[in-house]
Amino acid sequence: MTVSDLVIARAMFGTTMAFHIIFATLGIGIPFMILISELLFLKTKDQDFSIMAKRWTKAKGVLLGIAIPSGTIAGVSLSLLWPGFMEVIGRVMALPFQIEIYAFFIEALFLSIYVYAYDRISAKARIISLTLVTFGALASGVLISNVHAFESTPAGFRVENGHIVDVDPWAAFFNPSFYVTAGHVALTALMTGAFVMGATAAYKMLRNSPGSRSYKFHSKALVMSLVTGGIIALLSSLNGHASAQHLHEYQPEKLAAAEGLFETQSHAPLLIGGTVDPDTQEVKWGIEIPWALSFLAGNSFDTVVRGLNEFPREHWPPLFVHTMFNGMVGIGMYTLLIAVLGVFWIKFLKKEAVPKWLLWAVTLSGPLSVLAIEFGWILACTGRQPWTIYHVLSTADSVTSQTNLGTLYMLFVLVYLLLGVAVIAVLYYYFKRHPLMNDLSNQTDGDDKNYTVH
Amino acid sequence: MTGLTLTDEILAITLIWGFVFIYAVMGSMDFGAGFWSMIYINRKKTNATNIANRYLSPTWEVSNVFIVALVVAIYSMFPRAAYSLGTILLVPGSLILLLLAIRSAFLVFSHTAEKYKRHLVYVSGISGIIIPALLMAVLPISQGGYVIEVDGRESLSLARLFTSPNVYAFMAFAISSSLFLSSLLLADYSKTSDDMRAYDVYKRDAIITGPLSLISAFFIMFTLEREASWIFSEMMKNVPLLIASAICFLLAGIALIIPGKKGTRGIPRVAVVIAIVQYLLASYVYGQAHLPYIVYPNVTIQSGFTDPNSFRAVFIVYVVGFAILFPGFYYFWSLFMKNKSLQQSEE
Ligand code: HDD
Ligand code: HEM
Ligand code: HEM
Repeated sequence: MTVSDLVIARAMFGTTMAFHIIFATLGIGIPFMILISELLFLKTKDQDFSIMAKRWTKAKGVLLGIAIPSGTIAGVSLSLLWPGFMEVIGRVMALPFQIEIYAFFIEALFLSIYVYAYDRISAKARIISLTLVTFGALASGVLISNVHAFESTPAGFRVENGHIVDVDPWAAFFNPSFYVTAGHVALTALMTGAFVMGATAAYKMLRNSPGSRSYKFHSKALVMSLVTGGIIALLSSLNGHASAQHLHEYQPEKLAAAEGLFETQSHAPLLIGGTVDPDTQEVKWGIEIPWALSFLAGNSFDTVVRGLNEFPREHWPPLFVHTMFNGMVGIGMYTLLIAVLGVFWIKFLKKEAVPKWLLWAVTLSGPLSVLAIEFGWILACTGRQPWTIYHVLSTADSVTSQTNLGTLYMLFVLVYLLLGVAVIAVLYYYFKRHPLMNDLSNQTDGDDKNYTVH
Repeated sequence: MTGLTLTDEILAITLIWGFVFIYAVMGSMDFGAGFWSMIYINRKKTNATNIANRYLSPTWEVSNVFIVALVVAIYSMFPRAAYSLGTILLVPGSLILLLLAIRSAFLVFSHTAEKYKRHLVYVSGISGIIIPALLMAVLPISQGGYVIEVDGRESLSLARLFTSPNVYAFMAFAISSSLFLSSLLLADYSKTSDDMRAYDVYKRDAIITGPLSLISAFFIMFTLEREASWIFSEMMKNVPLLIASAICFLLAGIALIIPGKKGTRGIPRVAVVIAIVQYLLASYVYGQAHLPYIVYPNVTIQSGFTDPNSFRAVFIVYVVGFAILFPGFYYFWSLFMKNKSLQQSEE
């Protein structure tokens, strides 16, 4: 095993996950937004919400074509690339994977029912199906993230002379990070669904003139998304703060790297932006807020925050995670601000036309939320280096003994590129051929059926 | 393996064998249906493509969950075996994953992008039918003989793999069985929807592909004797069951040609059930002969087994999970498979 094979394996798995997470997150967020549209339809009887639900369902169906195979790749690659890791997981932490299968079943069954039997089941059955789809998707996200939580705070076993003993699978399941991680992953996925939907609506509003039928339609979607997204963004950042305090307690190296802190100290400053330089031991071009980090980490300025120098250098995670952390938090703040501004403008100023700059700002919030998901995961996974299971199993001991992974990596990247381009093209052409006006003018058109019978 | 008591290991491997079997049947039908929908895409006169699509659209996702369930079952119940399999299957496993990704994505896209439907269906149909062949190649690999050691590392000898008649026999069996099982199922499905034209097409396909699958099964046995005689001789201890399996094959064929209700020929529902019994018997014999090895000769069900506490928790979750999910499956099945008027309302 040369170093470069380890690096390729890491890159390969990271790429797969970075690809999967886009579709997985939308797979949680979109059904949630469809559910809200259906509920609003039930409450207001406004046909627009029903049309919204149908159009988003179509998008969800297409995205599923990638979410599922990429997830399958993720699941199987774990064993193919990290057999050493999965041997331990198989012994100790098999439950989440196991339960996740049921979550997948719930999601797959009820999504098929919702999509393919839309016109044959009652409105109530539709709501129940959608609730179960969202629940299934959320549960699968939470469960798999729990494996990640276990990697950071392993529990439920002991290692004795290289053997795993005293296995308690439920203690492993409810490891110390379970709740924090589950909460953060679930909330951020829901919020991403809301902002992606809001972004689409805002973009469409930019393309239509205020007062037009389409503009009104999209403006309803915009309000719905911003209200939902704003509330959840607030909860996400509060809970993100809890995640950071959790790191302070359980993974101090990661927090130190995320914050660019070298010396252990009380009254530690918060450093925002800039790059962390390990040689000069400082954050270049960062903005310093005195004492803030101590307060954030432990609710008091006296809190002692441990710095990187306290840990052996070979245990330092890559320091660029500082940027990932700042990016994630920055985006969280941005989306919160945009949601408040947007709702204020439309609901409180009662203006029908939303200024272009604000629409652009909302449009940006969609891709940015997805980016924050990527940043968060890179912070979480790369920040755990050099361990796959914190202080128990190193990444180097987890990796496959096979060499020459380069060609395979190329193949995977090519296929992801192909699928990524194809999915965008398919969505683009579909909605181009089935413009909103068709649905608005012909509300009983069965065009959204998924089988083409001709 | 007579004389084995029902240990945790046996329970676990039986569960896995069950998943393999379910996925083998569901996957065959799924990939086969994709292939048929490609073959008949240009036939304007029959509805055969639509029948295939109507089966596929709601089910491919559920079938996919089974392959995930299978992989998860292996690594949670036999982590040591997962270690070996993961290591030696890196290349074939990755190829399967890539094909699966392309196949599923293009299948879904083909329902959405009407303009490019034809191309998309070709890509998914062809990539789909290669997948069973590659999946099936895992069986001969597990029989031993393809793993070589270089610098103390185990790895798969692709050269040996692709020059082995036994491997090709398994692959031929996988493809012909996929086509056979799916055409049988689609014949039944067409008949339930009263689409007799499509029924005739699929019945004919089943009558052609059935014997092909039987021939390749014989070819497997023939090459097995030379390449992995240990499992061949174990299988021969169960000759009566193998014969029963062959008889089922004949019965399934007969069920397709005897007169049925309303003046049609064949009772496809019966043929589907008998064919499944045929595969069940044969795969039971194969599976039993394979024990106690998971990967011959290094990993057995005992050496590969997980921690007992872990197994107990996992097993309980299986039982509880399936009990809870069963109504969901039933609702699904009754919405899409059973209800005749609903099937037709889609026309
Ligand atoms: C829309 C996405 C998004 C947004 C706006 C935020 N996060 Fe986040 N964050 C995630 C999406 C995310 C994530 C993708 O869901 C992660 C990756 C792993 C995890 O458990 O959640 C994550 C991880 C993560 C971690 C690391 C957990 C670990 O290593 O196990 C911390 C400390 C924070 N977040 C903190 C925050 C704070 C203080 C935020 C303030 C606004 C914030 N996050 C906003
Ligand atoms: C879906 C979002 C995720 C993303 C974007 C992501 C990203 C990454 C990246 C970039 C790496 C390479 C780290 C490095 O070497 O620097 C990695 C490694 C890894 N991740 Fe994650 N990850 C995700 C979720 C998960 C989850 C849910 C798990 C647990 C099941 C997990 C387990 C691992 C493991 C085992 C490795 C390999 C060993 C290692 O490098 O530590 N990841 N991931
Ligand atoms: C190592 C990490 C991961 C593995 C092994 C994995 C595995 C899988 C698998 C096998 C599927 C397809 C299931 C099917 O056949 O229906 C899937 C889909 C899904 N995954 Fe992942 N996943 C990982 C990370 C994540 C993360 C981090 C999340 C969420 C935060 C997530 C959320 C989902 C969701 C919601 C789906 C369903 C997609 C949809 O229906 O749109 N996954 N995943």
